[in-house]
Amino acid sequence: MTLNALLFQALNGLSSASGLFFIAAGLSLIFGVTRIVNIAHGSLYMLGTYIAYSLATKIGGAFGFWGGIVLTAIIVGVIGALIEIVLLRRIYRAPELFQLLATFALVLVINDATLWLWGPEDLLGPRAPGLAGAVEIFGRRLPSYDLFLIFVAPAVLIVLHFALAKTRFGRLIRAATQDREMVGALGVNQAVLFTSVFALGALLAGLGGALQVAREPANLATDLIAIGDAFVVVVVGGMGSITGAYLAAIIIAEVKALCIAIGVVDLGFMSVNFSKFTLVAEFIVMAIVLVTRPYGLLGKPQGMVRSVAEPEDPIRPATPMLKGLGAAVFILLLALPLLAQTSPYLMILAIDVLIAVIFATSLHFIMGPGGMHSFGHAAYFGLGAYGAALLVQLAGFPMLAALLAAPIIALLGALLFGWFAVRLSGVYLAMLTLAFAQIVWALVFQWESFTGGSNGVIGVWPSPPFDKSWVYYLLALALAVISVLLLRRFLFAPFGYAMRAGRDSALRAEAIGIDVKRIHWLGFAIAGCVCGIAGGLFAFAKGSISPEAISVGRSIDGLVMVLLGGIQTLVGPIVGASVYATLQDTVMRQTEYWRALLGLIILVLVLAFPQGIAGALSSLARKLGRKPGGAA
Amino acid sequence: MTGTMLSVEGLKAWYGAAQILHDVSFNVGRGEVVALMGRNGAGKTTTMKALMGLVTRRGALRFNGADIAGLRPFEIARLGLGFTPEDRRIFSELTVLENLDIGRQPPRQFADGAPAPVWTPERLFALFPNLGEMPNRPGGRMSGGEQQMLTVARTLMGNPLLVLLDEPSEGVAPLIVEQMANTIVELKKEGLSILLSEQNIHFARLVSDRVYVLEKGGIHWQGTMAELAGNVDVQRTYLTV
Repeated sequence: MTLNALLFQALNGLSSASGLFFIAAGLSLIFGVTRIVNIAHGSLYMLGTYIAYSLATKIGGAFGFWGGIVLTAIIVGVIGALIEIVLLRRIYRAPELFQLLATFALVLVINDATLWLWGPEDLLGPRAPGLAGAVEIFGRRLPSYDLFLIFVAPAVLIVLHFALAKTRFGRLIRAATQDREMVGALGVNQAVLFTSVFALGALLAGLGGALQVAREPANLATDLIAIGDAFVVVVVGGMGSITGAYLAAIIIAEVKALCIAIGVVDLGFMSVNFSKFTLVAEFIVMAIVLVTRPYGLLGKPQGMVRSVAEPEDPIRPATPMLKGLGAAVFILLLALPLLAQTSPYLMILAIDVLIAVIFATSLHFIMGPGGMHSFGHAAYFGLGAYGAALLVQLAGFPMLAALLAAPIIALLGALLFGWFAVRLSGVYLAMLTLAFAQIVWALVFQWESFTGGSNGVIGVWPSPPFDKSWVYYLLALALAVISVLLLRRFLFAPFGYAMRAGRDSALRAEAIGIDVKRIHWLGFAIAGCVCGIAGGLFAFAKGSISPEAISVGRSIDGLVMVLLGGIQTLVGPIVGASVYATLQDTVMRQTEYWRALLGLIILVLVLAFPQGIAGALSSLARKLGRKPGGAA
Repeated sequence: MTGTMLSVEGLKAWYGAAQILHDVSFNVGRGEVVALMGRNGAGKTTTMKALMGLVTRRGALRFNGADIAGLRPFEIARLGLGFTPEDRRIFSELTVLENLDIGRQPPRQFADGAPAPVWTPERLFALFPNLGEMPNRPGGRMSGGEQQMLTVARTLMGNPLLVLLDEPSEGVAPLIVEQMANTIVELKKEGLSILLSEQNIHFARLVSDRVYVLEKGGIHWQGTMAELAGNVDVQRTYLTV
């Protein structure tokens, strides 16, 4: 590789950094003021590319292209304002996780709306009028439009910087980022401020997306890819720092460009293709930054958000009635194969539900009592599933041995990742766990020779007698019951109390002699280990495992299940997983637009039941139970 | 003194599920300085936050002729009720001038049409010369006393009719305490009303007309400052530590 080639790739990196910067800057501004991590920000970026495409092709010419880009930014800004007014305004006081869930529901809805409006094909916009050519640089031809993009990002950075420093709106943003309640007490209407900040952030995302129109085709997968990249950029740069976002966008884009430029390197004993490690490289940068500078390169520790949601009620042991109900459900489940003789599909559905129950209960273990909001629980599911499948395929393990090994492999992964993760908290922990899950995903996706790449590992079928679905169902039922009871046992042991104490007040817990980090680390490892059981079961139930099954979507599924059921109860994840897995297998697969349907269901649930289904039921039960006493 | 600026009847307030104020009633007249006194945890700060709508509250609250019981904090602030919190809550990233700008509101009038005093940074720098020496210093790099002045000045930028001053003498040097007392007297001369929360009777004596004594979320004694100064029993029961 020549120096020229390296420099050329570096320039390429700079121009792709601009898109990253726009979306990350918007995300960062919105988070600073509203404390909402807008997962739908990637969707707004994607919408920008689609809208700019339509304007550029329908109107045409220089006005359609350049005017279209400006118009697109404004349209997306207005969409952002509407989202804030209609949805987010209602949930500012809800727990952080509900806000994440609501914005994720928007991702689903916007994705399907885009599919409906523009269709599934990739759409490449026209060349930029006036910048259609290329310039000769470092011995290669660089499109002039790319060169233009390199300069747009710093220009917008400077404008934003001055707007924040010199205008009243900018001062209000900075003040509200630190203490929004005080800003309100000084007579500033927070609702207007929040709406305008959200609109500004959306406008930036729309602008970033629109500018891509002549460079990359509009594509329906852009939303999650963009938001993943933007998370990395914002976290590396430091939440709330616009300059940090620019710096981080450059670093990430350059690291990726460097990987591509290096290409295949012969290390003597093996040759490594670095261009396949762009995903891993990006997340390794993030992990290093987070561990060495937990608040990002230019970030500061976040100010406490005052007067948010009320503290959680302590979890209670099951009442005798609930225990009886549980036993009855268990007996019913044991008898399920008898009922299923006429409909074999019921067994497949039931196995899916049981796997979901193990997955969600293990996630709830660290999210609820542990207070660690993992956005990457799919990593341990994936380690379990791939571990079991590869042991069968490559090492000739029998099925039961592989199933036993699955949680151990997941445990090792969780011990490694958890050691880093428990050093952080809040959204930073969420982002880091997401990063680790993406590393696992990228590894299995890009390491084709070992994992089968995008095809995955196939032909992992259960051995007799488990090849009959009802026998496999009983095995899954047994493992699910053991997992749930084991996790409950941990929670009501001193270990569980220590974990909850560490969640409620790390400082006070440490002062009475609890090693909070160590307890949380162990909790994280236990959850990962149990999650590995779900992964192993999944691989044999489907007969295969592919990267798609362990993508970020699965982590989000887990969060939805836990939140649907309610984070404050132990029955919650079981109820949530059952409802969600059933919905997913039945209703949602019936329609082409199941994502939008799921998104709308989530939105309705978030707005109607901020405590989750089980939480709402139990508070209803408490209200009903209290009434006679109150009247007396 | 002409008429009542602020009247509070049967005020109850909660932090989450915990009820802090049980039944608090008092009033502040126009141009009057009233002290809410009591020990730590008596409910002084909660009373002020309840007035601003920053905690869950119930009760009849009237300010300058308007019902403020159902209003949000920014709406209450826009009626001319200024709030300076005990922990100051200066925007540490913003300079002195920028902090003042956040508090800026249009000039306003009393219910009878008389104009309220209008504040500008220049006037405030005359009132607090220390602040005038550091207009571009970030709030995070100021001393406790300087921050205390800035939080009062920031509230005055909203041209308030009544200022809630939560423990202005807490944790600042004696020289600053004296300056705070002078400031309160100045503000009173301008025609502003002040509701002051205080533990320190020496400070309260310098500035207050009347006193309400709080204990366990309720009013336990009321009278003029002179009466409290002469009543050792009340002081011993509710104030001295």
